[in-house]
Amino acid sequence: MLKNRIIPCLDVKNGRVVKGINFVDLKDAGDPVEQAKIYSDGGADEICFLDITASNENRDTIYDVVKKTSKKCFVPLTVGGGVRSVEDINRLLNCGADKVSINTAAVENSKVVIDSSKKFGSQCIVVAIDAKKNEDKWEVFTHGGRNNSGIDALEYAEQMEKNGAGELLVTSMDRDGTQVGYDIDLMSKISSKVNIPVIASGGVGNLDHLVDGIKLGKASAVLAASIFHYGKYSIKEAKDYLDSKGIPVRI
Amino acid sequence: MNVTIVDYNSGNISSVINSFKEVAKDKVNIEVTSDLNKIKLSDKVVLPGQGSFKSCVEALNNIDGLKDTLNEFAIINKKPLLGICVGLQMFADVGYEETETKGLGWISGKVSKIDNQGGKFKLPHIGWNQINIAKDSKIFKDIENNSHMYFVHSYEFIPNDKKVISATTDYSSNIVCSVEKENIFGTQFHPEKSDKTGLKIIDNFISL
Repeated sequence: MLKNRIIPCLDVKNGRVVKGINFVDLKDAGDPVEQAKIYSDGGADEICFLDITASNENRDTIYDVVKKTSKKCFVPLTVGGGVRSVEDINRLLNCGADKVSINTAAVENSKVVIDSSKKFGSQCIVVAIDAKKNEDKWEVFTHGGRNNSGIDALEYAEQMEKNGAGELLVTSMDRDGTQVGYDIDLMSKISSKVNIPVIASGGVGNLDHLVDGIKLGKASAVLAASIFHYGKYSIKEAKDYLDSKGIPVRI
Repeated sequence: MNVTIVDYNSGNISSVINSFKEVAKDKVNIEVTSDLNKIKLSDKVVLPGQGSFKSCVEALNNIDGLKDTLNEFAIINKKPLLGICVGLQMFADVGYEETETKGLGWISGKVSKIDNQGGKFKLPHIGWNQINIAKDSKIFKDIENNSHMYFVHSYEFIPNDKKVISATTDYSSNIVCSVEKENIFGTQFHPEKSDKTGLKIIDNFISL
């Protein structure tokens, strides 16, 4: 039976791990390579790096981090943040990333997802959707949550599946950093709309939120940052808890 | 000993290289090449493959003499070869991803899309799934039945002769996830991304 995945996400800036609260107020908390290794040894099903200020700054540090991490971690590694082109994707894959997540570029230029999924295969193309509720719908935001594209998130999700995305990483902008739980409504609506796996992100504060993301949000995988990163829960505790709630996990 | 990972522009092979180097340490020389002479002279060959069946077959055919060299290595000289993911799928006679494409024809059978029961199962089949070991395979030495492996695929290999199947996994139906036919080994899952159990399988192959 296919297991639901738990994915710790490490926000990386200038080669160092940080975690933003609503994308600001950054705290420095360690070396990404070591952190990733601790997570993979602890049973993380995948590791995710998000290069959070990549759009504006020198990106070369992330390539170095990916290179070093991929020599030590033998679980899938997803890298996102500031990925603009097929060439950026190629470079990350060559450094040892297994999947690349594309956010702003997927909104601005649909060819990036179409061309990269053709060239490298859908299995390594994750489209990251930052969505924020606006009355009765959700809109897709770009540039680390700064710009509203006005695009309907559900229609966009469907389009990205058609364009060749292998997975969708859906973050609720309203919930990110709040620790009050995933936007279950958003997750379940997108998950029902597409036939590719959905990774739920944004808002995890306790282990019940992970359970809800899978059971109610119908996500195939749950992504979280701060609850793991600041040691509130270990990956093992999270998996044991999910297991006790009848959710299939790799233990 | 020399183990060659065939580099034929079949997509991202960094993880395969990293994992083999991790396991090999200094005991075994890991080459990454499409040089036909180096392949001929190696003791073992790894055939990775990502993307579509069609794109991998085309990439293989694009390198003059590579297909013949691999045939000679695996079929005539019967030296150990491990196919991973689409590398395994290419053992088949034919694949149906994008369009009908001829495979290597080493293990008779076809590669078709996983029947996801009208959308009941998401595709690609991504994540950790357990393997049901169907027969003793040399690459499963010290691997427990029901071990978890990492999968990413939408197509499955259906061999005609079920005796080649060394493991299956349960996703909408019993999917063939490992084969062994004499000196030819293949895994649909990614041992290079399957943590310590995956590295053990790589170690088993290197130690053959």
